Amino acid sequence: MRLKLVPSETSWDFFGRAKWTLGLSVLLIFVGFASFLIQGLNYGIDFRGGTTIRTESAQPVDVAAYRDALAALELGDISITEVFDPTFEDDQNVAMIRIEAQEGDESVTAATVRSIQDAMATVDPDMTFPSVESVGPKVSGELVRTAAIAVVLAIAAVLVYIWLRFEWQFAVGAVAALVHDVILTLGVFSELQIKFDLAIIAALLTIVGYSLNDTVVVFDRVRENLRKYKQKDLKDVLNLSINETLSRTFMTSVTTLLALFSLFVLGGDVIRGFVFAMIWGVIVGTYSSIFVASAILLFLGVKRDWSKPDPGSVGNQFGNIDA
Amino acid sequence: MLQMSFVQRVVIWLTVAVGLALALPNTFYTRVEQHNDAVAALEMGVPNSPELAADAAGWPSFLPSALVNLGLDLRGGAHLLAEVEVEDVYGGRMDALWPSVRDVLRDARDTVGTVRRQNAPDGMLRVRISQPEGMAEAVRLVRTLATPVVSLTGAGTTDIEVSSTGDTLTIQLTDAEKLATNDRTMQQSLEIIRRRVDEVGTREPTIQRQGERRILIQVPGIGSAEELKSLIGTTAKLTFHPVVSVTGDPDTRPGPRNIIHPDIDEPGTFYILEQTPVVTGEELTDAQPAFDQNGQPSVTFRFNPAGARKFGLYTADNVGSPFAVVLDEQVITAPRINEAITGGSGQITGNFTVESSTELAVLLRAGALPAEMTFLEERTIGPELGQDSIDAGQIACIVAFAAVLVFMFLSYGLFGIFANIALIINVGLIFGLLSLIGATLTLPGIAGIVLTIGMAVDANVLIFERIREELKTAKGPARAIELGYEKALSAILDANITTFITAVILFIMGSGPVRGFSITLGLGILTSVFTAIYVTRIMIVMWYERKRPKTIEV
Repeated sequence: MRLKLVPSETSWDFFGRAKWTLGLSVLLIFVGFASFLIQGLNYGIDFRGGTTIRTESAQPVDVAAYRDALAALELGDISITEVFDPTFEDDQNVAMIRIEAQEGDESVTAATVRSIQDAMATVDPDMTFPSVESVGPKVSGELVRTAAIAVVLAIAAVLVYIWLRFEWQFAVGAVAALVHDVILTLGVFSELQIKFDLAIIAALLTIVGYSLNDTVVVFDRVRENLRKYKQKDLKDVLNLSINETLSRTFMTSVTTLLALFSLFVLGGDVIRGFVFAMIWGVIVGTYSSIFVASAILLFLGVKRDWSKPDPGSVGNQFGNIDA
Repeated sequence: MLQMSFVQRVVIWLTVAVGLALALPNTFYTRVEQHNDAVAALEMGVPNSPELAADAAGWPSFLPSALVNLGLDLRGGAHLLAEVEVEDVYGGRMDALWPSVRDVLRDARDTVGTVRRQNAPDGMLRVRISQPEGMAEAVRLVRTLATPVVSLTGAGTTDIEVSSTGDTLTIQLTDAEKLATNDRTMQQSLEIIRRRVDEVGTREPTIQRQGERRILIQVPGIGSAEELKSLIGTTAKLTFHPVVSVTGDPDTRPGPRNIIHPDIDEPGTFYILEQTPVVTGEELTDAQPAFDQNGQPSVTFRFNPAGARKFGLYTADNVGSPFAVVLDEQVITAPRINEAITGGSGQITGNFTVESSTELAVLLRAGALPAEMTFLEERTIGPELGQDSIDAGQIACIVAFAAVLVFMFLSYGLFGIFANIALIINVGLIFGLLSLIGATLTLPGIAGIVLTIGMAVDANVLIFERIREELKTAKGPARAIELGYEKALSAILDANITTFITAVILFIMGSGPVRGFSITLGLGILTSVFTAIYVTRIMIVMWYERKRPKTIEV
């Protein structure tokens, strides 16, 4: 007997409540975007410059004592967060200290770092500093810019690729799903104030790739079924295609999530934010390829008569390459 | 029907075998690393010892020995991003040009009159002539000093730009020459940083130019970014100047063509020096840490013949007057010349410790940086944190792997086992490729591999689901398998090409951790498509040929 995540034969109607699901997506996009605008992201030093120091001590972390020790140094805004992780030993108490970029310095000076370490030694003389990272405001500005360019470029490249392989309606649907995923991910990072650093950009782009992967598989089947069932209503074709690929959609999402969850729990705190973004992206990406990409395709409609070539459409010329 | 030619089979299995052989050294990481180090040491001419021989014999030399480099976040070390102040060099160029300008104008004294150098912003040379009527001639003469720019983009242009207003002649570098100069400055800086890092002998440092004027330096195993910075951040420009006078007031006007520098040890003491040095550190051939006659740490140095002659002549002419040894605009010492120093070697004494004299000797040997650097990014990762990350990553990978294997077996039975074998080969191939291209594995890179594990199954899932569907239409197992592969192909390719596009963009746009991630993701896509399409297929074909089942269950 095989393990089956979904029954072998399904004929669920995915668009019966299309208004509701699309409405929910629009609402979530709105909430996510509003949160992004109002609250903003909790940028790491990669994006706003500054210094982070990781401290490790055998004694429990006392944030107030740490703060008092550092107050005398007058370094401006300091944030101290304790880090928890199941992979830590019992006597391993870790905290992250973040200092904003100092006026006039490109990267934090050695003297400042040493004064911080000396101040922390008054709290616990045996404290160690496993990592010190410092990024100047000049570089961080550029990092934000290249990151934004990377995301936009990736989406644009994908738009072109799908347009060439399918029809423009498919491309619009796929890109709408991508934008949906990216905004929801930014929204959740803003809402939960999880640290947003360079690695998260990598995660965002992977989400773009993954969500697309999912969408393309559904669309591939839609294209095939459109040729097979020329008389069928577009809605039925879409439903049929999603039902046919549903088992694969779940299988792939579950295997990816299995891998990601083990990384989330066991991979250590350094990459937890990164893995969280991916998990969220896989869930949202799977949802969006059905309820956003396909729904938009349904609303836009597709040219059905494949026998007559459409003179205005470039999309068709690569669309028939099977492989 | 289900057929694969003999050649196809050989090619597929051979690819797998080669890939896995390349990955093999990584499973014995420490041993292979010791082997590589020992072999490198023996090649360098280090005398053979039993330990070295044992290390070298620890790994058979006929097997591949390339390893995946571990990134700083896994091994610990320091990372610096430096910006080179390329404009620093322009001033020196102008100073070097001045004697030629003076000479060429002096020869035409009848038309231009007397010539005098004026103060000007850095990178600009201003010359006043006493007979403005002769300006046209002066400009013409100075232009003869211009030489064509040697660079691809600057072809057809000359290196200096001469203009005049009234009685003042202005000379500056052309934009093409500035670009060419910047490029040279960057090359020199890279070379000198490389030499300095090599002097301290750490393993596999990364020293790369980034963009127009930045240098990325990553040194695994070094204690802190601060340590690295003091090694490469010091300009180490050593010059010997005649001393004009000593003063206690830093605001003293040094007078034309003179400079004022503080004493390194005594605050409040300032030396007024002639701006043009007698000799510079560029004319050194060697520098070694030593002890002076009082047992204090010092640095001995040796000039090349040209420097030795200049130094000898100068000291012979100026016995009894002081001269200053200046390092990076600070006077280390200003002794009185007791006698002519003709041997070409000397000793710098100052307030050194053993460490600082050793460091200075290293810096002097490696040469001065042509320009100053500012540090835009500094990261130090302790080795323990790196080890923790490796351990966590390993456990996570194993658990992820096991979970996916079990899940695939439960879902697809025998076919799941085929997919699982392909998955294991896939991870082996990723490591093989990473070792082959000498890529660096970072923590996000491990995440990329884990993600690939999850996604690599996707292609097989697509195929198996398709086979299931084809089986329903009752065409017989062989035909169903074949159709499954055939029809799933377009979806697999489209899906993977789009993901590959994002990986490529990440690689181009990204830096550091993002790039590491994109490499493993991109390679993972390539290997997973290969294993899913060819490796599982060959296994299924071989199984089918042996068993010839009437019905199959996927």
